Amino acid sequence: MKFRLIGAFAALALLAACATTPKPTTTGAGATAATQGPVPGSQQDLVQNVGDRVFFAFDQSNLSEEAVGTLTRQAAWLQKFPEVKVLVAGNCDERGTEEYNLALGWRRANAARDFLVAKGVSPSRIETISYGKDRPVALGSNEQAWAQNRNAITSVQGFNPQAK
Amino acid sequence: MQGCLFSRRGLLAGSAALLMAPVVTIAQTSPGSGAESAVIDVNRAQAEPIPIAIPFFNAAGDKAADLAKGIAGVISNDLSGSGLFRPIDPSSFVQDAAAIATVPKWQDWKVIGARALVTGKVDQPTAGNVRVEFRLWDVLPEQQLQGTAYTTAASNWRRVGHMIADVIYERLLGEKGYFDTRIAYVSEAGPRSARIRRLAIMDQDGANSTFLTDGEWTVLEPRFHPTKNELAFLSYAGNRPRVYLFDLGSGRESLLGNFPGMTFAPRFSPRGEKVILSEAQGSGSAIVVVTLGSMSAVRLTDASAINTSPCYSPDGSQVTFNSDRDGSPQLYVMNADGSNPKRISYGQGRYFSPVWSPRGDLVAFIRQNGGSFGLGVMNTDGTAERILSEGFTVDSPTFCPNGRVIMFCRTTPATNATGAGHTSRLVSIDITGFNERMVETPTDGSDPAWSPLLS
Repeated sequence: MKFRLIGAFAALALLAACATTPKPTTTGAGATAATQGPVPGSQQDLVQNVGDRVFFAFDQSNLSEEAVGTLTRQAAWLQKFPEVKVLVAGNCDERGTEEYNLALGWRRANAARDFLVAKGVSPSRIETISYGKDRPVALGSNEQAWAQNRNAITSVQGFNPQAK
Repeated sequence: MQGCLFSRRGLLAGSAALLMAPVVTIAQTSPGSGAESAVIDVNRAQAEPIPIAIPFFNAAGDKAADLAKGIAGVISNDLSGSGLFRPIDPSSFVQDAAAIATVPKWQDWKVIGARALVTGKVDQPTAGNVRVEFRLWDVLPEQQLQGTAYTTAASNWRRVGHMIADVIYERLLGEKGYFDTRIAYVSEAGPRSARIRRLAIMDQDGANSTFLTDGEWTVLEPRFHPTKNELAFLSYAGNRPRVYLFDLGSGRESLLGNFPGMTFAPRFSPRGEKVILSEAQGSGSAIVVVTLGSMSAVRLTDASAINTSPCYSPDGSQVTFNSDRDGSPQLYVMNADGSNPKRISYGQGRYFSPVWSPRGDLVAFIRQNGGSFGLGVMNTDGTAERILSEGFTVDSPTFCPNGRVIMFCRTTPATNATGAGHTSRLVSIDITGFNERMVETPTDGSDPAWSPLLS
């Protein structure tokens, strides 16, 4: 189930990324919420107002300036919503072996996690996972797609605004 | 994980209720010397496959006739698939196979160029059981090399064919065959954005493909136990990627060990009492050996770099593995206690997925060099590297039990942003680099694992 959710958000984010000016995307299910902006502390809030993912160079896990910016915003956002827990998933492009990419994806997730922790987010709020090359967000086989797929994606786990 | 029990019954039929009693040796005209003279050098045979005649077996009744035809087909397909045999077109046969009651009319088989002849007899099945008799003849010296009878459940007829093909292979080439084996693999279906991955298992020739898991969770990297009817594999069950064992008899899954993080890249030790795997820790991964039973874990490497894809040498004394400790992914060999790691890959490019040959003399690997991926083999000290096959990506080499053939996975690139054109297929190739073949699977496939001989 979780996979499907992450996939849906990923697709949304990709659409947004393709547009020249990011604009809120209205979809059937989330239409009511979307017209009023995303629920603070929700996945949608993270995607639209913070940025849910950082990108890496080929076979690298060091954080670019842009990645540092995104993760800094994520850390601040996580401190604003202390009840939110997240999963950081590390991913790779398809040009590597299954096993090596599992390790590389783990390393990327860990790089993002370590940064968030260094910025004061409690480690107990962050889970990490590696999907290796098995969860591409861009489905093509070219440099542009591979650049999108070398990432660490943060997703909100178990956030329930109704419970508050 | 209810879904993991999906195809239990199919498996039981295929394995637990095995062949009842093979090997009744039938009168063998000239034992000993005949066998020696029949051994043909495999490397020479590469250029000239052995011409062999496999007429349909004699059959006593309708049901038996279907089985006879099927069994002869399995044998012929196995032998021709090896690239080392050339089954002769039955339309050129002179002597009617049905007329071969005792001894063949040698001249009739010599004249069509047959070096070997396979004959046999299938009895009409009774109470679900069938008796299959076969004889292998060496045509030039005019002698019988082998005569064997198998009694089994009629539903096992394909296995009888594979077992006979193995006997033929061994008697004519002097080394054990690999036809009575299975392939575990990952079945991939659905669009690239939502790929469903299921553990699957099939006969070595692609027949009897069955799913073992229902696809709820991604699964990867099935690996056979050397003797027990069991797999190790990676499951994302509960969204936590960890190594599990899968009992092929009961369909039961059990978590291997108790590790806080991700475990992956499992392989059994040659005797099956241990599993060697990778454990993700911090920014790297360590190679760890888990002793089954006690579940005690011993670390062979630290996790200051990526250390993965460990694989034992067949004698269990060494381990080859993949590491980026020197800055890029390369191949290494260390002692089984983790001491004395030595890099063995020094060619151009990035190296991955080393797998030790069952013969002990070669390591198969994946090499990425610029834009292309290659499947290669090298000596265990890294010398004599050769690339056997290439592709957009290739991955997951696995040896057949005699080390003669490697199966692997090859992908094709997506041709547009929807992922169309992306495929993942299983391919086999002889270690000489000849006889590359697509392995038929009902869906796309990846991560093949070749089982040991079943009998």
